[in-house]
Amino acid sequence: MKKLVISVVLVNLLAACASQKAPEAAAPAATPAPVAAVTAPVVEKAVVVDPLNDATSILAKRSVYYALDVDAVAAADKPAIVAHGKYLSENPSRKVELAGYADERGSTEYNLALGQRRADGVKKMLELSGAKAAQVSSVSFGEEKPKAAGHDEAAWSQNRRTDLNYAK
Amino acid sequence: MLKVLKMLFLFGLLPTAVAHAEMSIEIVGAGEHQIPVALAPLGGDAKLAVAINEVVVADLQRSGLFRIVDNAGKTPHEPSEVNYPEWQAMGAEALSIGVVEILEDGRISVKLRLLDVLKKSSLLGEVLSAKETQTRQIGHRIADLIYEKLTGDKGVFSTRIAYVNRLGEKYRLVVADSDGYNEQTVLAQNEPIMSPAWSADGSRLAYVSFETGHAAVFVQSVFTKQRTVLADFRGSNSAPTWSPDGKQLAMVLTRDGSSQLYLINADGSAIKRMTFSGAIDTEPCFSPDGQNLLFTSDRGGSAQIYRMPLAGGLEQRVTFGEGTNYSPRYSPDGKSMVLVHRANGQFYIATQDFQSGQMQLVTDGGWHKKPSFAPNGKMILFASEARGRGILASVSSDGRVKQHMFTQTGDAREPMWNPHF
Repeated sequence: MKKLVISVVLVNLLAACASQKAPEAAAPAATPAPVAAVTAPVVEKAVVVDPLNDATSILAKRSVYYALDVDAVAAADKPAIVAHGKYLSENPSRKVELAGYADERGSTEYNLALGQRRADGVKKMLELSGAKAAQVSSVSFGEEKPKAAGHDEAAWSQNRRTDLNYAK
Repeated sequence: MLKVLKMLFLFGLLPTAVAHAEMSIEIVGAGEHQIPVALAPLGGDAKLAVAINEVVVADLQRSGLFRIVDNAGKTPHEPSEVNYPEWQAMGAEALSIGVVEILEDGRISVKLRLLDVLKKSSLLGEVLSAKETQTRQIGHRIADLIYEKLTGDKGVFSTRIAYVNRLGEKYRLVVADSDGYNEQTVLAQNEPIMSPAWSADGSRLAYVSFETGHAAVFVQSVFTKQRTVLADFRGSNSAPTWSPDGKQLAMVLTRDGSSQLYLINADGSAIKRMTFSGAIDTEPCFSPDGQNLLFTSDRGGSAQIYRMPLAGGLEQRVTFGEGTNYSPRYSPDGKSMVLVHRANGQFYIATQDFQSGQMQLVTDGGWHKKPSFAPNGKMILFASEARGRGILASVSSDGRVKQHMFTQTGDAREPMWNPHF
């Protein structure tokens, strides 16, 4: 019992810290303090964690990958992009930059255009999922700044992608 | 006094040594109809004579059009000292002789004569001079004179090239002699640089830089180094190329959606959208008469080369068959193009004659990208790879003679031959 009380107090302290540090996300949890000591579930509700910082959330997925010369988001990646779109619509102050990349096959200019098309494809999907145009920008690096070096599929598959880079 | 001498040594000799260490060159193959030419060592300053001769020999060999005949220890400097039957017996058809000296003002002066060994007559007599630091330039000019006299085409050894050097996260836009030596840095930064493009008069470079966080097009004078932003719209601004009269550039913008071609005045005014495909249209190149653009597009499902008349009219596909094609550049006479052909996982440099529509591979495949013609159309510069590094390479337009140029450090990428003689 004693242990439980201590942990409840700790959680309360943490909740207080969190709401102080993240004022923009604190609004829905601003007045739970009086009931905080009653039961654990209520206390958990009071802990405001930005789902963007939750490693177990679908939003933890920040890169989508493509086949050669393809710019459509793969079916398996669509739920994550839709979730990011929903998150952006619920957090209108958040902004994200989409950075498109291509592997080194093709000309540098064609790859720049391909990376741009990949990033713009994700941008469109985010907007369809609720993000406002002003929250989303896109950029392409083409085959410049490759994540993986090497002339093989292991490297190329890492370099054909769009990264979702949230503004801090 | 000793210190002064040491200083002189450092300033006078070291740059030469460094210049030699910058590049190493490998030449492979030989042309079919090579002109046998002998180069008698220049008289006068022996050290300069050797340095100049090295440059002349390398230039002529690189063209693939000459076979250098050994002078067998003979050193005539004046036409009166030439024993023609001897040179005929050695197989030479032409012989260059001359004298190099250092003038009172420190400049180098070469009196050059090119002789027709068979007709026993003089083909040309010239006096060339240059600053003392310009040994290589004077060698290139001698090679140009010999090349032009014996082939009837203008030599390109004195022309310049531009390329991007990448070393880790450091990028440099470099301008160098056509053999890769004598490099000068135009721009150095920690963000990527792409697609350098020369103005027709060789005074300015347009290129793509990522210094603003995305691809934007800049124009810079290679002489004053002064630079301006030409296009920095949202998305990507890229693939600049100059009109032959230098008044306009074609480039790619994504500001209205997909990568499409636009025309823009060289001062950044009057932007006009040229394509409306909704696909990727990129890598425009003006025809020498300024009437047409070649470009790469995937509007038909894969990357192919298309041509559009600037006055308006049908955009026509010009490459067909297996594989994909990129990076078209018109030949100086406008009758053919050089391009990158990708098939079977390999990248080839290819040429295609517009009348026959026939594509001819001029390299045997690898990571061969970004070709451009020499201003005389007889050689092609491209990006290649060897020993795990990006290097510059050249090939004669008939594919017979290839040359690799290794920069000292990092990768050489995105080369472009200055179209100006």
